[in-house]
Amino acid sequence: MNAQPIHFKPSEGFRERAKAVVDNPFLRQSFRGAMDFLMTKRAGQFPDPEELESLRTLGEQIRQYNLGKLPELLVRLEENLTRNGIQVHWAETPEEANAIILGICQKVGAKLMVKGKSMVSEEIELNHAAEAAGIGALESDMGEYIVQLAGEKPSHIIMPAIHKTKEEIATLFHEKVPGVDYTDNVDALIQIGRKVLREKFLEADIGLSGVNFAIAETGTLCLVENEGNGRMCTTTPPIHVAITGIEKIVEQLAHVPPLLSLLTRSATGQNISTYFNMISSPRKPGEKDGPEEVHLVLLDNGRSQAYADEQLRKTLQCIRCGACMNHCPVYTRIGGHAYGTTYPGPIGKIISPHMLGLEATSTMATASSLCGACGEVCPVKIPIPELLMRLREESFSAPHENPGMRGQGAGYNGLVSFIWRAWATVYRSPALYRLATWAGSRLSWLLPSSQGPWTTVRTPLKPAPKRLRDMLKERA
Amino acid sequence: MSGRQSATPHPSDVYFFATCVVDQFFPGAGMDAITLLERRGITVHFPEEQTCCGQPAYTSGFPDEARKVAAHQLTVFPNDWPVVVPSGSCAGMMKHHYPTLFANDPLRKAQAEALSARIYELTDFLVNVLDWKPQDTGGDCTVVLHTSCSARREMGVHLTGRKLLGELGKVTVAQQDHESECCGFGGTFSIKQPEISGAMVEDKVKALKATGAERVVSADCGCLMNILGHAAWKDAQEGRSKPTLPGEHIASFLLRRTAK
Repeated sequence: MNAQPIHFKPSEGFRERAKAVVDNPFLRQSFRGAMDFLMTKRAGQFPDPEELESLRTLGEQIRQYNLGKLPELLVRLEENLTRNGIQVHWAETPEEANAIILGICQKVGAKLMVKGKSMVSEEIELNHAAEAAGIGALESDMGEYIVQLAGEKPSHIIMPAIHKTKEEIATLFHEKVPGVDYTDNVDALIQIGRKVLREKFLEADIGLSGVNFAIAETGTLCLVENEGNGRMCTTTPPIHVAITGIEKIVEQLAHVPPLLSLLTRSATGQNISTYFNMISSPRKPGEKDGPEEVHLVLLDNGRSQAYADEQLRKTLQCIRCGACMNHCPVYTRIGGHAYGTTYPGPIGKIISPHMLGLEATSTMATASSLCGACGEVCPVKIPIPELLMRLREESFSAPHENPGMRGQGAGYNGLVSFIWRAWATVYRSPALYRLATWAGSRLSWLLPSSQGPWTTVRTPLKPAPKRLRDMLKERA
Repeated sequence: MSGRQSATPHPSDVYFFATCVVDQFFPGAGMDAITLLERRGITVHFPEEQTCCGQPAYTSGFPDEARKVAAHQLTVFPNDWPVVVPSGSCAGMMKHHYPTLFANDPLRKAQAEALSARIYELTDFLVNVLDWKPQDTGGDCTVVLHTSCSARREMGVHLTGRKLLGELGKVTVAQQDHESECCGFGGTFSIKQPEISGAMVEDKVKALKATGAERVVSADCGCLMNILGHAAWKDAQEGRSKPTLPGEHIASFLLRRTAK
């Protein structure tokens, strides 16, 4: 039932996967429509450009302030969570995180885990690990539930099933959910999912969730959601396990409202999400509900590598709203699965190299025209195009000692580097430039009509017979 | 973001940085831009030593090579005149990325910052420095404007081209679907990811054509190479000899439409 984990290198076959979508007019239209809808929704939330700009600046400042104090804040978070009765676990790798979570499950002989939406659980491929350990892991977010039924992975971090039509979902429910007749009535489909999940919430031994903000000074885990399944997962089963990346931390409660507002408005165009959960302890004596145990797993998985570099650290400002993918002309053309990474789109291109290494991701950064739409909408002002250029440099430069990034130089190609050096030699020298462009203008007839990838959909490039400098000379 | 704050009011002399693309592929656009400036009574200087802003290497992940080429351009414009660039993309490189590129070289960083303050994208210069209000001399005509991503998001000059066209009484500027979306050029992106780039330019050309405009104008020749290259390829594929989407640099269009 669970998805096949993606163990291949995302770089490999990227162009083929992208081409398959690009060549499918139905999918092209479907992604375009979905992204247009989300862009319009977001735009409706920010009618005043000045308010947007000042809120983005505030968001950026809050994230940078907190990242600046990250090591100290993590210690304070652990202290305050522990004081509140929440057990804190540290995981450097996905394997460690899975071992911790499965350890918690096995201690109580858990058979079923219900999951609220958590991209970090996708990042560590928890469902796969749980299944291998004989523990059921059931997604309870409607989009995630659909994707899990289909044996797929989310194609968007906020809307996991955005690539599916209602007809596909109708067929899926009919085939995979026992006793369900085909219906493509969306309300009916939602009710079918709800009914299945209601029973599972009561049956589950473990509820798993992600975390949107972890507040250090109060020891509180904040969870943003729309379906109420997050609240069910974190209150109904006897044990709640939350998992998050180490960067999701803020020092103060006061930091949350601006980030929350930026998050919901940027992500789904909502003024506020339907649910906002703040979890500060397990069930206290005398309380009638809530889990008896609450755990938090803090995952590194390459984040500390990004953290160590002043420029790359900005990657960790992300609050996972997905606006960068909604506005990305590349994501709009190819959808989320083509990327082959847990996090697709612009944020995926800049965070995945830290998680998977540049060996596995070196071509990802090339899949951008650097149009800047992502950086323009990012609610915390991550300079995504700048970071993409930096990753290109890390990938294509000759491997050197003590690289800051895993896989530095993985995309190095001696010939390509030579061509750029030769290019620089010509273009830094007026004499060589004049000679080369003179030859280009006189010998353009020698240029082939097929110019590699350029001419697959374009006519060949031909220099003009006279350069501007020649025309100016003639005029004088 | 536009250069208004550092504007020299109605300068008598400017430098023209043609860009390597205009010099080699669109020399007519360069001539027309120079003529437009000269008609405003400005002496335009074209330093022969100029080559390329260095952006191709910079965006491809080869900053050392870009730095070498950029360092040369720092020496090309010795007088304190504005440097007018008929491209938002190359102007963006010089205005916003040169100072970063030389962050670890104090002397060149100072030079880069001084040059940066003098860099103007052509339409920004015409509107915000010269306050030019072109007088239309042509007949009825509908055009569609494509603004490059660098002009829009890096230079913040996406409104100046539109303003100039808006001054032309008999010219209608058509609205295109997804106007602010990238045309898919992106320098080496177009050859490293030809499938995605191809899909983007296909959609862009469709949107431009759907307006029914008789031509597309743009202040960036990189985008024009991509857009016109695809439009011509599509025409050839479908056996049409007359171009369905002719296009040109906005300078050429403005020059033709306006009086001496």
